[in-house]
Amino acid sequence: MARMATSRHVAVSTIAAWLVGFLIFFPILWMVLASFKTELDAFAIPPKFLFFHWTTENYAAVQERSDYVHHALNSIIVAGGSTLIALLIAIPAAWSMAFSPTKRTKDVLLWMLSTKMMPPVGVLVPIYLIYRDFGLLDTLTGLVFILCLGNLPIVIWMLFTYFKEIPKDILEAARMDGATISRELVYVLTPMAVPGLASTLLLNLILAWNEAFWTLNLSTLQAAPLTVFIASYSSPEGLFWAKLSAASTLAIAPILVLGWFSQRQLVRGLTFGAVK
Amino acid sequence: MGQITLQNVQKSFGPVHIIKGADLDISDGSFVVFVGPSGCGKTTLLRLIAGLEDVSGGNILIDGKNVVDVPPAKRGLSMVFQSYALYPHMSVRGNIAFGLKMAGLPKAEINRKVEAAAATLNLTPYLDRKPRELSGGQRQRVAIGRAIVREPKAFLFDEPLSNLDAALRVQMRLEVTRLQKQLGTTAIYVTHDQVEAMTMADKIVVLNGGKIEQYGTPLELYEKPANLFVAGFIGSPKMNFISGEVAGRHDAATIGVRPEHLKIARDGEGWPGSIMVAEHLGSDTFLYVDAGAIGTLTARHVGELDLSAGDRVLLSPDPGRLHRFDESGKSLRA
Repeated sequence: MARMATSRHVAVSTIAAWLVGFLIFFPILWMVLASFKTELDAFAIPPKFLFFHWTTENYAAVQERSDYVHHALNSIIVAGGSTLIALLIAIPAAWSMAFSPTKRTKDVLLWMLSTKMMPPVGVLVPIYLIYRDFGLLDTLTGLVFILCLGNLPIVIWMLFTYFKEIPKDILEAARMDGATISRELVYVLTPMAVPGLASTLLLNLILAWNEAFWTLNLSTLQAAPLTVFIASYSSPEGLFWAKLSAASTLAIAPILVLGWFSQRQLVRGLTFGAVK
Repeated sequence: MGQITLQNVQKSFGPVHIIKGADLDISDGSFVVFVGPSGCGKTTLLRLIAGLEDVSGGNILIDGKNVVDVPPAKRGLSMVFQSYALYPHMSVRGNIAFGLKMAGLPKAEINRKVEAAAATLNLTPYLDRKPRELSGGQRQRVAIGRAIVREPKAFLFDEPLSNLDAALRVQMRLEVTRLQKQLGTTAIYVTHDQVEAMTMADKIVVLNGGKIEQYGTPLELYEKPANLFVAGFIGSPKMNFISGEVAGRHDAATIGVRPEHLKIARDGEGWPGSIMVAEHLGSDTFLYVDAGAIGTLTARHVGELDLSAGDRVLLSPDPGRLHRFDESGKSLRA
């Protein structure tokens, strides 16, 4: 009896989980489907789900009209560069706050996070003027810089919480075992922090890859990443729904693939079994 | 060699004094237990010796050399943590070998030593497992293996058995004692459990409020407690304390009698009282007696005693086993 109830319970929650998953994924699925439709089919009411004239003409048109590779490269440089620089600054910052906290550590963390509570548009004009005067408009350096600064508080917060979970005892055990600080870092700290570092890296890549406010406002062509490439399809001359979908599919494809392959890294729990 | 000497060691965290000047001489090869209630500073004192905390004052000598400015890695001690603190990403072999690897020993020698340590601790079948695949007792053994393989000057144990269940704790207690005697290495062991302290130690350090109350062999502490605190802390059930007029008759502010040193009788001489609770364990009988103005007394009788709650009894202390204390709680000895 109990077993039957359990298996029914499992079945119900499995179905519910799939439903929720499908619901969340649906917009992406719809976008991918639309990218294979003709512009007419994309607008059709009632919507056509699977039975329409499949075509790849949108992809050809998109590549012909705007240089996808150029924008994709910019996205890789901007997202990758800003993430790496943010990590380089955030790792030591988070280490010191997690392992030798002072009375004011909590305040510093909150103060950093508070910068994310301000709407970016509030500082658009000053930032724009600074960028204009320093010649940073429409440059990759400028975009890397602003995205790095924008995401830094979140990166530090994430790393701080991961590092905080590493039991201090283990680091002390390494010290008692005769490890110097550098060896402690290489042999004990880093391997235990890998899941946390990997998920922070990935999340930050995604955030930077999809960041639209600053990239749209501070770049036009030369440094424009994929967000600008997508936005160019929603123009005053009319919406090109299918082409917009094709552009968006191309834009999210790299990050989607990356996310798929790093799933395992995102799953934590490596430290389980270390203490108690 | 592993002779450890503390000279007026002090530790404060801000305005709070955790260790208020500790002097101690631990001879080579002895098993010393730090015991005391929570917050008495016993773990802090151990961490000061380990070097995981810096002293605020005083000296710590290991084999005659002052080590207060020496980092933990260079003190030649090894430690077993309460949480075991195993490296989760390394196998049992990797965990035990880590210290030797850090010391730069050749691979063949590391392997030989790791396997010898594993054999001593019955860990050979588990050498390639990760800590998360082991039971609590096995993890504890790995932590001990990691400590012994480096052949340190001394072992430091920080409540290593407190996460194990009662049966396993008794077994590991025996194993740790046996291993220490076999290796002949100095050991300092922190516990809040006075039974562990009494059974394992060559010498016990009783700590209270950051001060060493007494340092002596288990039987010295039992027979000649230096003050009220030690008298009450060592021994189970707790010593009975009586103050007032009865104590005055013995020229003391307080007198103490252990439950096992109270003679129980139905008639004759003694303090009269009535039994509140009688516990019959077969091997022992414990009586909790309301003795009127004297207070509640605990008495222990070896073997079975046909008494129950409500019965009137007379309790008389063994005069040779009476402890006398002055107003400040210090022991008075003739």
